[in-house]
Amino acid sequence: MSLLHFFGQTLRIATPYLFAAAGGALAERAGVVSLTLEGFMLGGAFGAAIGAWLGGGAWFGILGGLAVGLLLGGLHALGSIRFGADQIVSGVAINLLVVGATRFALQLAFDSSSNSPRIAGFDGFANPLIWAALLLTPLLAVLLNRTRLGLRIRAVGEHPQAAATLGVPVARVQAVAVVISGGLAALGGAYLTLDQHQFTDSMTAGRGFIALAAVIFGRWQPLRAAVACLLFAAAETLQIQLQATQWIAAQFVVMIPYVLTIVAVAGAVTRAKPPAALGRPLAS
Amino acid sequence: MISVRWLHWADLVLPPLVALAVALVAGDLLILSYGQAPGSVWRLLLEGTWGNSYGIGQVLYKATTLTCTGLAVALPMRAGLFNIGAESQLAAGAFATALVASLLPTATPLLLAAPLCIAGAMVGGGLVGAVPGVLRARYGAHEVIVTIMLNFVVLALLNWLVSTYWHVPETLHTPTITSGQMPRLSQLFPQFHGSAANWSWLPVALTAGLVQWALQRSQAGFALRAVGFQPLAAENAGILVGRVWRQALTWGGALAGLGGINFVLGYKGYYEDGLAGGAGFLGIAVALVGRNHPLGVVAAALLFATLSQGGLAIHALVPKQMVEVLQAVVILAMAMAVPEVRRLLRTALTPRRRAP
Amino acid sequence: MTDSSATPAVRMTGIAKRFAAVQAVAQADLSVQPGEIHALCGENGAGKSTLMKILCGMNGCDDGRIEVHGQDVTGWSTARAIAAGVGMVHQHFMLVPTLTVAENVVLGREPLRHGLLDLEKAVADVEQLCKQTGLSVPARALVAELSVGQAQRVEILKVLHRGARVLLLDEPTAVLSPPEVVELWKVLRTLRGSGTTILLVTHKLDEVMELTDRITVMRQGRTVAVLQTPETTPEILAEAMVGREVDLRVQHAKRAGSRGDVVLQLRDLRVAGRRIAEAIRGISLDVRAGEILGIAGVEGNGQAELLEALTGLRPVLSGEISLNGKNINALTPRARGDAGLSHIPEDRHERGLILEFSVADNLVLGQQHHFGSKGLLDRRAIDAHAQAAIAAWDIRPPDPQAPVRTLSGGNQQKVVIAREMARDFSVLIAAQPTRGVDVGAIEFIHDRLRQARDAGKAVLLVSAELREILTLSDRIAVLYGGQLVAVLPRDACSEAILGGYMTGLGSTTEAA
Repeated sequence: MSLLHFFGQTLRIATPYLFAAAGGALAERAGVVSLTLEGFMLGGAFGAAIGAWLGGGAWFGILGGLAVGLLLGGLHALGSIRFGADQIVSGVAINLLVVGATRFALQLAFDSSSNSPRIAGFDGFANPLIWAALLLTPLLAVLLNRTRLGLRIRAVGEHPQAAATLGVPVARVQAVAVVISGGLAALGGAYLTLDQHQFTDSMTAGRGFIALAAVIFGRWQPLRAAVACLLFAAAETLQIQLQATQWIAAQFVVMIPYVLTIVAVAGAVTRAKPPAALGRPLAS
Repeated sequence: MISVRWLHWADLVLPPLVALAVALVAGDLLILSYGQAPGSVWRLLLEGTWGNSYGIGQVLYKATTLTCTGLAVALPMRAGLFNIGAESQLAAGAFATALVASLLPTATPLLLAAPLCIAGAMVGGGLVGAVPGVLRARYGAHEVIVTIMLNFVVLALLNWLVSTYWHVPETLHTPTITSGQMPRLSQLFPQFHGSAANWSWLPVALTAGLVQWALQRSQAGFALRAVGFQPLAAENAGILVGRVWRQALTWGGALAGLGGINFVLGYKGYYEDGLAGGAGFLGIAVALVGRNHPLGVVAAALLFATLSQGGLAIHALVPKQMVEVLQAVVILAMAMAVPEVRRLLRTALTPRRRAP
Repeated sequence: MTDSSATPAVRMTGIAKRFAAVQAVAQADLSVQPGEIHALCGENGAGKSTLMKILCGMNGCDDGRIEVHGQDVTGWSTARAIAAGVGMVHQHFMLVPTLTVAENVVLGREPLRHGLLDLEKAVADVEQLCKQTGLSVPARALVAELSVGQAQRVEILKVLHRGARVLLLDEPTAVLSPPEVVELWKVLRTLRGSGTTILLVTHKLDEVMELTDRITVMRQGRTVAVLQTPETTPEILAEAMVGREVDLRVQHAKRAGSRGDVVLQLRDLRVAGRRIAEAIRGISLDVRAGEILGIAGVEGNGQAELLEALTGLRPVLSGEISLNGKNINALTPRARGDAGLSHIPEDRHERGLILEFSVADNLVLGQQHHFGSKGLLDRRAIDAHAQAAIAAWDIRPPDPQAPVRTLSGGNQQKVVIAREMARDFSVLIAAQPTRGVDVGAIEFIHDRLRQARDAGKAVLLVSAELREILTLSDRIAVLYGGQLVAVLPRDACSEAILGGYMTGLGSTTEAA
């Protein structure tokens, strides 16, 4: 295997992670728990299939995925911010909802229980989402550290009362962060559909949780989270390429992100500390 | 103070009713979108579940597992901890019970084998539950993150164990056990013939009652509830909060593990990769709708079992995936209804107090 | 500085506010002239903080009218209050620890350049404000790294950065060291000189007399007096606050019996702090049976850590705690309780009660292992215990199954004290035993503490209320900077003498 091929493969695997992790970092920094990433991604994947199929082109797929993601982000915001539902429960519900709804919609739209027909997509590195994912990390860092919205997101996730007393509309800032997070994670899902020219049932297969692991392992910092995404993707690439050698069982490579994350939150080296107000909405 | 207690009950019972109503409306919309009449679909759902003994047996079977995973979420929740690990705890329990059963001599008497296999299931699940418990108590690691991540680790580990060391060739399941099998209900009541219903429901129901009783009547239950409401006050009262956390999550895991007997001892007779099939995540819904009360959990488990069995019954008219959507809608509506109902009750109460 | 003919900077009339069962404010009036330093005084629970929160838009009010510079602003939001130049410096800091000083100051009205944050401008703004007011804070430092005094300065800067012309300070000195207090007074006088109106919420008489121009006194949610500072005395002020004539010097009921043996002994005790390396820096103290020993001191001088160390919630660094002659350093909180240590925690809502539990369950909390056996609870014994306690302490409503959350503050505190005095104890640690409790219950609780003393128990009283310390104690120790700077018999104490020790100045009068 050539090194170039290795990096290319890693980048392609990392792309959906980068999108979802960017979304996750944004929402969690605003204090909203991101168990929803998996659901957002799967929703985005399905939205891409519908978009590309109805619009007849891959770019419509991107739009479709984005639209579904923004919608799902809005739903999570409505539940956990407007109605004050437990964010973890709301997240679990949205994940289950998307699995069920995409299956139901597969039946409804394509009369299939497993997959969509072949749709338009992008082949390999012609996929603009790969290059967008590379730009995403610096953009996110700028958003968080150098813009008004970013400062407010950071303040709201750490000390919502303090932000509120200064007239910062806490609920609105959180809602914006969650909706953007939905859109970003959904683009990660859309990448999968457009890359494979097809939507298949539950095709995200836990990638949303790997992205969440990257956010936590990256200590809620966009740059570190992106590095974690690349690291996890490199491990997968290595595993795929070493499969034939039986050097290490695939299951142990699969465990890497999760084990690293557990070690990180348990603070074996130095403790990964979440935003102080994560999961605790501002009492009205 | 009658009004206070009345409010307490209203606060407990109203949100599930609201959630069910929302789910019914959502269901109507889905059914209409598929061009069917809601009335006939709902009727078919009820007939296919509670309308015949096969359906009842299937509901009972599914409710047995869901009761366990529901308790696995509800018990730690009473201590203020969110266990999202029931999925892998259930699988670990099933694996452990299959292991114990396969180690027993063939045709060990059930009265000896069953307790051993049940203990095995609970130890298996409990070990997985103990990890987040210990990490939380000792390092302050957030149990939500640890249990999520641990799900993937444990499931991958079990997959590796089964696929590398212990499976029937060409399959992903272990050899069939030769002792510890729970008899099917149909052996005693032939009308259940064909359903997976088996006597696992009995130890599970007893366990649910025991958990309820222990929460209310035991020192440990008192301490656990105190920690769940106000850890600082509990600490002040000499309760070792870290130990309660550890125990709550370990027992939570054990309860999820208990669910493993239903599949392994009662139904298939072997451990199979992927047998949890989402029952662990559904346990969160069951605990939520059951308001974290063991008896409420049993009722909620029956409800969700009815929905999931009902999906098969209505498949002729609408895709069975409809019930997956409905289950999620129930959770979402429930999560929104709980704080909303509380707010409404509180405002409803205020003017009454103001009047002298 | 007062100009009574001008339109008041703030005028609040007939304000009322109720929280669930508690009427926090009823019929309160307040009028503050532009450019004056005005004190809002009253005891704990008089409604001062609520009135301030209504003024700055954090809470609405049920009744009444608020005017700022002559404009009706009743029911406004924090955002509008800020925009109108009314800013509050909160008792509990409202700062985001992970942001820098400059970011905290500009949050909510951030300077932009080309659509991006202009952090350099933010830093420049903060530095310029510092220069104008004499406050000094490093603008680029993270708030998490600041001292308490610096954090408070950031709070003031935040408000000033928004162009506040009316500055509200809620108990600003509660957490400050004496030099920091002096610094704060200097800044406030500078601000008054530049035309800022300052409203100070406090219950400390010395501060009021030293700094302010006029005083509004609140009692039980009502405005009861408005005084010109130069024309008043601490006695008049205290009388207005308490509602009856108060003799600040002698009101101490002599104890009945004589002192017994030492039951609680501290030897060179050292304890780590919440925010600092060592909060208790070598304390030695003997508490005897049949005495009430009061620990006086400004909050934040190690009281919290001392209490936690005594009750077993915080390990000691070195030294020794003995109860009835036995070292209890290594005992768990529960074992200390069983060994004869009772504890009324300072915050009953957080530490003293499980609010969702019933009265009966709360009455056995921490002793539940004595009510039942083999790991089970004896419900009948718990209920009998509750019935007896409810009768003995006149807890209302007299329903053992009522959730404690539904009781009034006074009755909740009775539940805590009834529980702690029902133990077989030799030492009672009473931390702020009457905080947030109505007047009737205060007398009742004080009587019970004296009765315990007369029955031969040792009582260690920790209170921020100097008057409570003076009223109850037989001996008084003063905690300052983590050390006991004085241990005096009650008869040798007055507010002035204790005040001197509490502020680190030593005894300020010759009376000692």
